[in-house]
Amino acid sequence: MLDQDVKYLKFKTYLNSYCPHCHESFNTEKKDVKQIEFKSKYKGEEIDLILSPYLDVFEVEASVPIQEGDLVDDISCPHCKKTLIHAETPCGECGSPVAEVIVSAASKLIPFFLCSKHGCEWHGITKRDERRIKLKIPRQDMPEQDQTLRVHNWQEVPYGYTSELALLEAGRCLQCKKPMCVDGCPVNVDIPDFIALVAEEKFDEAAKKIKETNVFPAICGRVCPQESQCEAKCIVGHKDKPVAIGRLERFVADYERKMDLVKIPQIIDNTGQKVAIVGSGPGGLTIAADMRQLGYSVTVFEALHETGGVLTYGIPEFRLPKSIVQFEIEYLKEMGVRFELNHVIGNILTVDELLEHFDAVYVGVGAGLPMFMGLEGESLGNLFSANEYLTRMNLMKAYRFPEYDTPMPKGHNVVVVGGGNVAMDCARTAARSGCENVTIVYRRSRHELPARAEEVHHAEEEGIKFKLLNNPVRYLGTDNNKVKAVECIQMELGEPDASGRRRPVPIEGSNFTIECDMAIVAIGNGPNPIIFDSTPDMKLNKWGYIEANEDTNETTKAFVYAGGDIVTGAATVIQAMGAGRIAARAMHEKLTEKREAAKKKPAAKKKTTN
Amino acid sequence: MFQIVRKQEMAKGTIIRFDISAPKIAKKIKAGQFVILRVNETGERIPLTVADKDEFAGIITIIFQVVGKTTALMRSLNEGDLIKDVVGPLGKPAHTDKVGTVVMVGGGTGVAILHHVAKAYKEAGNFVISIIGARDKEMLILENDMAQISDELVVTTDDGSYGQRGFVTDPLKKYLDERQDIKQVYAIGPIIMMQNVVKLTEKYKMPTMVSLNPIMIDGTGMCGGCRVKVDDVTQFCCVDGPDFDGFKVDFAELLNRNSMYMKEEKDSLLFSIK
Repeated sequence: MLDQDVKYLKFKTYLNSYCPHCHESFNTEKKDVKQIEFKSKYKGEEIDLILSPYLDVFEVEASVPIQEGDLVDDISCPHCKKTLIHAETPCGECGSPVAEVIVSAASKLIPFFLCSKHGCEWHGITKRDERRIKLKIPRQDMPEQDQTLRVHNWQEVPYGYTSELALLEAGRCLQCKKPMCVDGCPVNVDIPDFIALVAEEKFDEAAKKIKETNVFPAICGRVCPQESQCEAKCIVGHKDKPVAIGRLERFVADYERKMDLVKIPQIIDNTGQKVAIVGSGPGGLTIAADMRQLGYSVTVFEALHETGGVLTYGIPEFRLPKSIVQFEIEYLKEMGVRFELNHVIGNILTVDELLEHFDAVYVGVGAGLPMFMGLEGESLGNLFSANEYLTRMNLMKAYRFPEYDTPMPKGHNVVVVGGGNVAMDCARTAARSGCENVTIVYRRSRHELPARAEEVHHAEEEGIKFKLLNNPVRYLGTDNNKVKAVECIQMELGEPDASGRRRPVPIEGSNFTIECDMAIVAIGNGPNPIIFDSTPDMKLNKWGYIEANEDTNETTKAFVYAGGDIVTGAATVIQAMGAGRIAARAMHEKLTEKREAAKKKPAAKKKTTN
Repeated sequence: MFQIVRKQEMAKGTIIRFDISAPKIAKKIKAGQFVILRVNETGERIPLTVADKDEFAGIITIIFQVVGKTTALMRSLNEGDLIKDVVGPLGKPAHTDKVGTVVMVGGGTGVAILHHVAKAYKEAGNFVISIIGARDKEMLILENDMAQISDELVVTTDDGSYGQRGFVTDPLKKYLDERQDIKQVYAIGPIIMMQNVVKLTEKYKMPTMVSLNPIMIDGTGMCGGCRVKVDDVTQFCCVDGPDFDGFKVDFAELLNRNSMYMKEEKDSLLFSIK
């Protein structure tokens, strides 16, 4: 009855094991090394069987050496001497008899089986118990910088998993047959497979597994909103906290990079076709990698003086180290992708002009135009859009002013308006640059905060105050036109709106002011008109973004593709990467057709001339 | 990297002219558009309007006044030196259609931009009257270049050391009173000057375009630092401008925003001297 239920499990945790009959412990300590001891019989002789505490190495102390592949005649308890051989259950790998012990795992006593064949590493456990154990392993936190110290530096907050933590965390994955997590991922990373590789300590292979679908796991592991994507669908999450997929992703990617195991892929034969990519953000970089890998000549045009788009100018160093972004870009350069900086497409070259030199164009320029609320006093000094603030701090390195020339905006009391990741980035950047009181003003409640849970948590740890259910109504200025206070109104949540979130409704007469000497508006971005103005035949949708086919990301203009925020409106890094990937597939198909057609044409011509 | 092929000091070395080799930009840039320039790795991005271009030689001409750290650093560069980044063209080109008679008003370094726009107006077949002003004779730039492309040219100096004594608004008023065929006024210079020009032309209901120069970082519409209120609507100078209908611009606000970093500019300059 048990045999169908038994499943292979490699334990990496320390296990206390007991005799199922007399309940005495098998664990002993010799020379400070914890081990597990049994009595055994081999070729008629009584021997001691010693197991390492990890149950994965069979060390045998016997007067007669046991041959690899030989069975021991018996395994018994050294205390009550009763046999442990379990008649009904054979080994799941070699079919030999197994010994049954009781282990206490995650404060639960469960039967556990060991194969009696020397050299066979099979350990069995019933499926139900396996689940039970896995569900009992708590979600592993990443070690991180002390919260009081980190607000004084710009280094990344979490240090990432150690191998041990990664193994523990990977052990929590149930390896579901129908993995919901994969559906939750915008690029459908094969999550159970990569986690299984982590569990087998094949970290390098795990990274390669992710890279089959996601080119930049080191970035996604850090900035993806996992809790609303893959981890939201994780079955473990129904009973406990979900498997930390993002942290594992980050771990394997970092492992691969730090151990110098990243290999530049072999580029297959050149197709002779050229592709232009507008924007070097996450989407542009993804399609650049994909198209290059397929053998196209790829040129990426970037408007700013540095590559990476939002990864460079937007997301701060302490959340995504720029060295990682640059590492990925160097990787693309080594693959042969060319980067043209300082090129504002639409101005220096139009899309039409690009099409004269390139066979296809991908527009991934993002949504870069900051939105304001149109309130009184928004043009006051020391009131910035999140874009301006972050661009100054990240791209222009204003936090190193005056070593770097761009002045750093600074205040004692800072108000950040908005509740997304960008708002958290601004608030935490301000805290690090010496602003004393930083307050986030958000119009909905905590539950609706669109930022990643981890960012909110980190922000709170770093002393950022949250004024939830409040909305600014105007900004008050000093005599020399700098912001001195934000007037807010309290909100309450009403009926759900189109987005499914409860609509915030102002409470009449609840106005109050928050004193501040700097304010940052982080309420989102809209589309930048530069590229549209020069490309009138590229149709826009009713929200002013580029209209693109959902399955192919093709625009209404032939051989022009678009994706990311410029199509969907402000979204996430991984969604932009997904869009780049979809476009790559479609573009490759179309260009292959074009190539094939061109091959046939000259042949047809020959016929006519003959 | 972009090479400086020619350097010329004007106005006692306080105004500098650079001819920069930037063939792609030279090919595309139109009157009224600008570039953003970053001198070196630690440099800030500063917007500069382009005074002229030579499409065939692949050269753009920028003229700037030495006011802060970056411009001081730029003055120290010489012919053959390299500038790390030049990005452009940025902004919308000036509307330089044929309308008949136009009056071009420029003050200070604004004359540099005025030159490019006036040239385009002239090439479009307009009758171009130019009024250029400066604090004194030493600070006056591009007089000869302006004379070449203008049908009539008036020069004013605040102290009367050259040309007419007074502000650019004085001859402008005279023209508006005397000539009935003027269709358009275009003004570029210090904010106060543009404000005064607009105050005057408003009385005559004379369409007036102004070219604004707010603080910018990226120049591509991303930072919103260059926001100005035009007709009570927030506009981004770098993508919606830099030219706007002068009657609708909130000059007071622009003035406030442009003086935001006075202290930091000074600190930065002092740091670089140390």
